[in-house]
Amino acid sequence: MLSNIGIGLVYSILALSFLTIYNAHLDLKIINTTVKKIIYKLSLFQITFTILSFFTLILGFINSDFSLVNVYENSHTTKPLFYKIAGTWGNHEGSLLLWVNILVLFSYLFLIFNHIHNKKFRLYTLIFQNILIIGFVIFLLFNSNPFNSLYPIPLEGLGLNPILQDPALAIHPPLLYVGFVGCSIYFSAALGSLLSGYNGKLFAKSIKVWVVTSWCFQTLGIIVGSIWAYYELGWGGFWFWDPVENASLLPWFAITALMHSLIVLEKRNVLYYWVIILCLLTFILSVTGTFLVRSGILNSVHTFASDPSRGIYILVFLSLMIFAALTIFFTKYKKETYDFNIKSKETFILANNWFMAFFLATVLIGMLYPIFLDVLSNIKISVGPPFFNIVIIPLVVPLLFLMAIGPKFGWIKSQKKIFYKILFLILGSVIINLFIFNFFGKYSFLSNLIFIASIFLILNSILDIKKFINNKIKLELSRIISHLGFGLLVFFIGINHQFSLEEDFNLKVGEIKKTNNYEINFESMRIKESKNYKAIVGNFKLTNLKNNLVEYLDPEIRIYSNPETLTYEAAIETKITSDLYLTMSNVSRSDYYNIKFQKKPFMIWIWISAIMIALGGFVQLTFKKNES
Amino acid sequence: MRVSILKIIIFSFVFFSLFVLWQGLKKNNNYDTKSLVGARISNFQFTEINNVNKSISEKDLKNNKFTLINFFASWCLPCRTEHKYLINLSKKKIKIIGINFKDKKKNANNFLKELGNPYNFVGKDSDGKASVLFGVYGIPESILVDNNLNIIKKIIGPIDQNQYNEILNLIK
Repeated sequence: MLSNIGIGLVYSILALSFLTIYNAHLDLKIINTTVKKIIYKLSLFQITFTILSFFTLILGFINSDFSLVNVYENSHTTKPLFYKIAGTWGNHEGSLLLWVNILVLFSYLFLIFNHIHNKKFRLYTLIFQNILIIGFVIFLLFNSNPFNSLYPIPLEGLGLNPILQDPALAIHPPLLYVGFVGCSIYFSAALGSLLSGYNGKLFAKSIKVWVVTSWCFQTLGIIVGSIWAYYELGWGGFWFWDPVENASLLPWFAITALMHSLIVLEKRNVLYYWVIILCLLTFILSVTGTFLVRSGILNSVHTFASDPSRGIYILVFLSLMIFAALTIFFTKYKKETYDFNIKSKETFILANNWFMAFFLATVLIGMLYPIFLDVLSNIKISVGPPFFNIVIIPLVVPLLFLMAIGPKFGWIKSQKKIFYKILFLILGSVIINLFIFNFFGKYSFLSNLIFIASIFLILNSILDIKKFINNKIKLELSRIISHLGFGLLVFFIGINHQFSLEEDFNLKVGEIKKTNNYEINFESMRIKESKNYKAIVGNFKLTNLKNNLVEYLDPEIRIYSNPETLTYEAAIETKITSDLYLTMSNVSRSDYYNIKFQKKPFMIWIWISAIMIALGGFVQLTFKKNES
Repeated sequence: MRVSILKIIIFSFVFFSLFVLWQGLKKNNNYDTKSLVGARISNFQFTEINNVNKSISEKDLKNNKFTLINFFASWCLPCRTEHKYLINLSKKKIKIIGINFKDKKKNANNFLKELGNPYNFVGKDSDGKASVLFGVYGIPESILVDNNLNIIKKIIGPIDQNQYNEILNLIK
């Protein structure tokens, strides 16, 4: 039943896309300023049907309707309602439906909210967006249909992978999808702009909101994924340079570069073609990332059951997208002349672009090189964290400096006074760094530079806040918050990296271990029963020998029933200055448990500063709204 | 003219990249165990974890009818679950070489003290670079080699009862 409704709805989305393209095509020939009513209506129907199709699938999951293959494979009657719903997008087919939803949603919103812009530009954008929708709906229908039915209907489902049963992971995919798929709209808009000749400042204005929105969601999505890894994977780390994490970084670098170049285009009416390239690149990289993750060409914790036909489809679609984009770009490309002053703001904004391009290239090479090498010469290698750390971290130092200095320079030309201020602040940063170095611990030369640069950016941003309170230039605030967030992020990651403690040992119930100023007492053990798992819970009493503060931590070993899996849940005590992190695992055929104890300073501040980066974007969105 | 050369370069580069990705898809799982089985292991050398003067290389394997090379670390939880099978295997007609992967010497020794030492030789690979030569992607992984240095079986992930039985069948 649900299967038929779902498939019917998806077919109607497809039909509506064709109708929209046809009508938009007809409307292009009419010379006036208003888009035909019928196109609005078609779009409204399309978004309604799309959302309905998604709700149909959610309904299937809520009711555990195992006549749907997708529900059968990814759900179970005993799962809590929340995870039944989250299961909808926790699998390949369901997430593809979410993907289509976001494509349609952005198509509709762009049509509605951009009515002041050129008609031809809007129609072309709509046409390209609907071509994308058609491509993905066909993929959904013929390769990855979430509404495929199953007969005879099984009584019970196979269940959702327990490591995905986590609140952070339930919201992680939707956030990322809004971020990544949201890029589609300015991919279409870029092509629309090239074809309609609607360029320059006005084009920048028309896509800015969408760029900032998708940037915010991408940033948040990446952070939530990282938080999940920290809490759930039980290694105490939060970034692993895993191929999928890298895949999410690729479009993020492009979009960050785009967001900055867009300011130049909006203010100075230059860099139009560069902005177009970044618009196209961002979505192409999103799809490339999806291809790498879903096709099974890379192995990673995130890999869904891989299916080569799926990979071929995405690859064909990706090729079509790239070649169409390149062809349109080159037929419309005209040489631009730049007249930049070296000390102007534009130069610094472009510097941001160089850094982003470098990071992007590094991560892309790190991801693709093993694949290329394997295909071309049959040699298997793996590129891991050391590569990325060595190449990327040193360049963070100049980036931090530029992030602090860049915004100080005015448009086109700037003053000398700033120079002394900068010198003064650098001195301040060096002194603070020396203080940390002397009183808390020694670290390498590079770490010294990282600390100095991040403190410099933090100090600068704090002074900027003071200036903002006096002057109230609203758009500056978002920049200050994001840059301050980035400075703090690098600073706290540095501190966390330098001063983390880690101990690994075995204990049995009743034993006490003294380590790193802590006394760890394995007091007792109990069994906990929950709806979808059983758990062995260890009760630990931690005494800080310095100040006799007592902490209780209860790590768990969970045995999930559907599918049967063992997971190790870390017990984490989060405080303002540090996290205490404790995991336990069973040692076979003995009473001992393996305990991993970590003290990680300023963990919470890493999350806060990362969220601050995203917050800057949201601040800009709200101010934009007020302005218009 | 310059633009058109640039165009050709960009188009061919994109085409080439997409072609390679397509070929990559056909490879059907980069880390498939099957592709390694039947191949000969390459030359290697590992030093003993507690004694830098002792080392092992591929030549030493020629004296054993069968050798199981097992990659493990003290921090690796699944390594604990497979350890009992290694202990049982060590009582059979097979030599087992343990390669301690990205680990601290102290922790590795504690690990072996606690769970027992099934290994005839424990080599160290503290930065994990040498293990890459064996196509090790994550640990635990084990490679079964015969006296001609041919790889008979590769096990990714912890050894379980089925794989244990399979190994016993292979070395009969």
